[in-house]
Amino acid sequence: MQLGRVVGNVVLNNKNDTLAGVTLLLVQPMSSSGEPAGRVIVAADSMGAGVGEDVFFVRGKEASFPFYPIEVPADAGIVGIVDHWTVG
Amino acid sequence: MLLARVIGTVVSTKKHRKLEGGKLLLVQPLTLEDTPRGGELLAVDGAGAGVGERVLIVLEGRSASDAIGKKAAPVDAAIVGIVDTVDLPS
Repeated sequence: MQLGRVVGNVVLNNKNDTLAGVTLLLVQPMSSSGEPAGRVIVAADSMGAGVGEDVFFVRGKEASFPFYPIEVPADAGIVGIVDHWTVG
Repeated sequence: MLLARVIGTVVSTKKHRKLEGGKLLLVQPLTLEDTPRGGELLAVDGAGAGVGERVLIVLEGRSASDAIGKKAAPVDAAIVGIVDTVDLPS
């Protein structure tokens, strides 16, 4: 998983049926210092996250597990909202 | 699998139910020379690791899920052991 910050959302009108009702959010991956780490990604959200919140997300097929038994075609998914983190 | 150093802890009250009760640790993957290799990751702890320890991490969903004793948990990285020594005969 990786830490990230929700920076926006994506709305699709025409989409694959299996994506129906799935919220898609823009997430900026970040390091433990809070700095951006790599490119912004689109992630499926099952936690009700909102813009400005710190989250953690999973990459790969596991991103679809929260939507089981629907096989959502996603490769990144928010699986938790971060309260705070500590380094060292 | 990769060698990594545990560098921090993450607290999350609202998370997927299969992650409840698990510990989330920030890890920095390492080279054999103990220098950082690539970006930091967040891993579930399947070995009782703590900050500062060198650990073995698995970066694959199925295996990471197995490491915390759950089936089909939405995770992609887990700590599976605490490293005592690494021998690399030259």
